[in-house]
Amino acid sequence: MEEGSFGILLDVRIAEKTGAKFFIGLCSATLAMVGIAAGWAKPQNSSASPTQGAQSTNSAASSAAGTPQTSSGAESSAMRRAGLNMVVLDPAHGGTDLGARGTEGIRESEVVLQFAAAVRKALEAQGFQVVMTRDGNENPSFDDRSGRANAQRGAVFITLHVGSTGLAGTARVYVTPEVPPLTTDTTGMIPWDRAQGPFVVLSHRLGDLVQMELAKRFKGSPDAVQAAPVRQLRTTAAPAIAVEISSVSVKDRAQLDRMVPGVAEAIVHGVAAFRPSYVIPSLPGSGGGIQP
Amino acid sequence: MSPKWRVWLGGGLLALVIAAALYFPALRQQVDKAAQLTEKTAEQARRELVPIAPARSGEPRVKVKMFWGSTSTEGALTPVTVELPLSSDPVLRAKEILNTLLAGPVDPDARTLPPDAALLAFYLLPDGTAVADFSEALGTSIPSGIQSEQLAVDSIARTLEANVPQVQRLKILIHGQEVDTLAGHLDLTQMFRVNTRPVAAPAAIAAPAAVAPTQKSPTAPGKK
Repeated sequence: MEEGSFGILLDVRIAEKTGAKFFIGLCSATLAMVGIAAGWAKPQNSSASPTQGAQSTNSAASSAAGTPQTSSGAESSAMRRAGLNMVVLDPAHGGTDLGARGTEGIRESEVVLQFAAAVRKALEAQGFQVVMTRDGNENPSFDDRSGRANAQRGAVFITLHVGSTGLAGTARVYVTPEVPPLTTDTTGMIPWDRAQGPFVVLSHRLGDLVQMELAKRFKGSPDAVQAAPVRQLRTTAAPAIAVEISSVSVKDRAQLDRMVPGVAEAIVHGVAAFRPSYVIPSLPGSGGGIQP
Repeated sequence: MSPKWRVWLGGGLLALVIAAALYFPALRQQVDKAAQLTEKTAEQARRELVPIAPARSGEPRVKVKMFWGSTSTEGALTPVTVELPLSSDPVLRAKEILNTLLAGPVDPDARTLPPDAALLAFYLLPDGTAVADFSEALGTSIPSGIQSEQLAVDSIARTLEANVPQVQRLKILIHGQEVDTLAGHLDLTQMFRVNTRPVAAPAAIAAPAAVAPTQKSPTAPGKK
């Protein structure tokens, strides 16, 4: 994580809580780059593949093809070290919010913690840095959870749910369908409540990859990602997906337990497949996207 | 005080205590009963204040398309055609249709909305924005989850789209308030797009009218 970026975002989050709009944008990115250039940043993950290591402000196509861009100076050096390194995992609900509840006493808030722990372990084994929005029985607000991802650069956000309905033993991935167009200002900032806007395309790509992996492992799961206005995703300024597993209505908790390794594996494979095509989308006034 | 008076006084007090002990349980029962009668939720009180809409038996019966859950395809909606006496006024029409949707299909498995949920009010603005105000049961009784909440909202939006072309977008309120989510997942802070087709006639400016939640149209829909 780039400290420069984090400082700006923290300040802005405080502003948001007092009623002001929360903006994420070019100023934080620029400051982050300056911070990295000045040697403030932590070393990036050493397990990144060669294609992940290269980053420039040019087109996404050359990045997806794995062509490192030639650039000079501290800025390009800093950007080479950026890219997808971090996964923010969000076990939904918690605390007094139990989420979905099954007739056999299965609680969504508890089950998702078990899934998250397995996904975390699998991701870390593949060299990803993982940040959890909660480790225990807490219930951070939607904005606090999004804030964990918004304070990072080069992260993806995955919120884990267990629904009340759906064919038992299946899993579905959801992404935000659309976000109203951004304001036309050229400040390079986007409002907090539309933070997902510039990332919708990336979220769809990530969602499709994860859903494809889930469909391979869990018969009856859809083949493609579905769109739904999930509240948690809207305020997240990163490629963001919601994974919903069916369901708390199973008669035996062991049915869900058996899904844990498969879900973890599917998410890791999906995120790894998404990694080379990860592009930080251009924001108004930023003059182009940042790509690995 | 003479011993005789002491006996009389002691006996009297004892009799009072015994009488009070006998009467107390009955009194407590009466107090509890009275408390139950006066203990009404705000929603119940509001329902009582809402005037009961007159029966619309004089309206022509028209075929409408209701979107309930599919019993053959998991997580999908299926259109079911039913005949209802419907008003030509878009607000009344929308209320009648939503009440039918809430009443549910014949097959309870195809239900998308909780049976105890009620439509408290429905407004239609001239720009095609509809505001539907549901009782708290919509959020508290619905099975929690992205899929189930999405199906509920989709069934409302698609049913309105099919039958009330004046509705362009929909805002859902719970008991008169904007809420973050329906039941922990689906975002209710924003509008749901209902109909993108241009409307021939301008939408009627609706007076803030409410419907009687108890008055639900009887439904006996058959699957298409």
